[in-house]
Amino acid sequence: MLVKKRTGIEIPSSEITPKHLYLSRRKFLKGAAVGAATLAGSAVLASCRPSAPGSEVETPPGEVGATTDELDDSLTEYRHVIGYNNFYEFALDKESVAAKAANFVTSPWQVTVGGLVNNPKTYDLDDLGKFDQEERIYRLRCVEGWSMVIPWIGFPLSALLADVEPRSNAKYVRFETLYDPEQMPGQRSRGYSWPYVEGLRLDEAVHDLTLLATGLYGEGLPPQNGAPVRLVVPWKYGFKNIKSIVKIDLVEEMPISLWMQASPREYGFYANVNPEVPHPRWSQATERRIGESARRDTPIFNGYADQVAALYEGMDLQVNF
Amino acid sequence: MVTRTRKLGRTAIPRLLGVATHVGALIPLASILWDYWFYQLGADPIRDVTLRTGKSALILLGLSLACTPLNILFGWKQLIPLRKVLGLYAFLYASLHALTFVWLDYGLDPGLIREAIFQKPYAIAGLATFLLLLPLAVTSNRWSRRRLGKRWNQLHKLAYVAAVLAGLHFLWLVKGAYSRPLVYGALLSVLLLIRVPPIREKIVYWRRQLTKRMLGRSTSDV
Ligand code: HEM
Repeated sequence: MLVKKRTGIEIPSSEITPKHLYLSRRKFLKGAAVGAATLAGSAVLASCRPSAPGSEVETPPGEVGATTDELDDSLTEYRHVIGYNNFYEFALDKESVAAKAANFVTSPWQVTVGGLVNNPKTYDLDDLGKFDQEERIYRLRCVEGWSMVIPWIGFPLSALLADVEPRSNAKYVRFETLYDPEQMPGQRSRGYSWPYVEGLRLDEAVHDLTLLATGLYGEGLPPQNGAPVRLVVPWKYGFKNIKSIVKIDLVEEMPISLWMQASPREYGFYANVNPEVPHPRWSQATERRIGESARRDTPIFNGYADQVAALYEGMDLQVNF
Repeated sequence: MVTRTRKLGRTAIPRLLGVATHVGALIPLASILWDYWFYQLGADPIRDVTLRTGKSALILLGLSLACTPLNILFGWKQLIPLRKVLGLYAFLYASLHALTFVWLDYGLDPGLIREAIFQKPYAIAGLATFLLLLPLAVTSNRWSRRRLGKRWNQLHKLAYVAAVLAGLHFLWLVKGAYSRPLVYGALLSVLLLIRVPPIREKIVYWRRQLTKRMLGRSTSDV
């Protein structure tokens, strides 16, 4: 009986994995094992992990009137509010904006209000401070799918608009951010049509929820949050809240915002928070509140439907997104 | 004496390269764990992990695909064995990335995951990339290579398709700032071009001519 003994010789030499190759695989397995061990080890070690930094890291500079919003949701930690900012004029990365904006000069500052008004005016910081300032705790929902609860300080935009007396043909309000590539390095990139522009319909602009914010957490606005004055429209996605405003015009035609220009398919004029209107990039049905790990459902109009739904009665919100 | 040091050099370089590859490839994971441990993952830790694992997967995939073209260009044969290790690490990070998405981000909620993936072209491209990398990782072992024979090479050409899809995933997810995905796309195109047979042959021919001339000169100098 002939027993054919299988030997490695039958494998053509070209098919034999060279030594350095299988050595490298061994090394890979070793590496993977190290990785797995690290993971397992860290799970065990989790009990001796240092405790999480709390508000002691960055104490809010001022007093706040309440610790939750009207839905009983806690304020987002101060360090996140001032450390996680979308402000492309300074940086694309939310965590490097604060450092890049640290030396931004926000005083002296002027806001020119004009266009279709009877009483055009230029306001400096003192003039803006003469409007009655109040604290408003609002949810902020970013189109990227995260959210915060922020105690703003400011005054209703309607007060400023009443001061300049819009004419009857004024239909929209157009806002513009400072254009200063020297100070705002992001504006040197030609990827966007700087300066940042945003707009509101006049009835949205004079709605009582619409705020011109001059501070947060009991103090003046830090540069990264849009100092010295910014818009806050809590039922719309965060990008509507234009920062570091220098110009406000009342106009007849719908303004084209920077984001509408950059990608009209993705960013509409209204940008109302709406879980029913999907965005091509981010789920709008849910959001993550900064500081929490599980997602939560996003309410229509960011939870302000009772106050603002009437503004959009009869409009198809899928079309007017 | 001379032959000994040369021999040493021959094995030392691939070894060093191998070790450097493992160390380099594990640094992103180590730094994520480090930052997790010391609460340095930022305000949105889950997104941070998603972005960092995605970036690592993309870079490692690109490096894995760069080995062959670099060998064509410069004759660096020592890089060839690194293709697999780098590819497997790319797969490791892609798996962590996908796992972060379905588990940490969407809490394994099938409805939410379905909506989050299938409504968005960028996520579909990411999923397709992952599904392409999966058979490559599974068949990266010696046994599969032997079993599949010629087809193994064909199958592993899919790595390029995966890289292109990963590029689309990247391009479609950035918000207006297209420079990083475009740089990646440009580099990938160069890598692909170098492999095109007529170009490849030309390059190898030029390189041989060049080394011949240089060798000729150095011997005549002596
Ligand atoms: C199941 C498959 C995948 C899903 C669901 C997925 C999902 C995601 C998500 C949600 C983001 C973050 C988007 C954002 O918040 O802006 C992302 C980023 C990214 N992903 Fe994926 N991904 C997948 C597979 C892959 C694969 C296989 C690769 C590469 C080989 C990859 C490379 C990247 C890169 C490079 C980024 C951007 C990182 C940055 O901006 O620095 N992804 N992916």
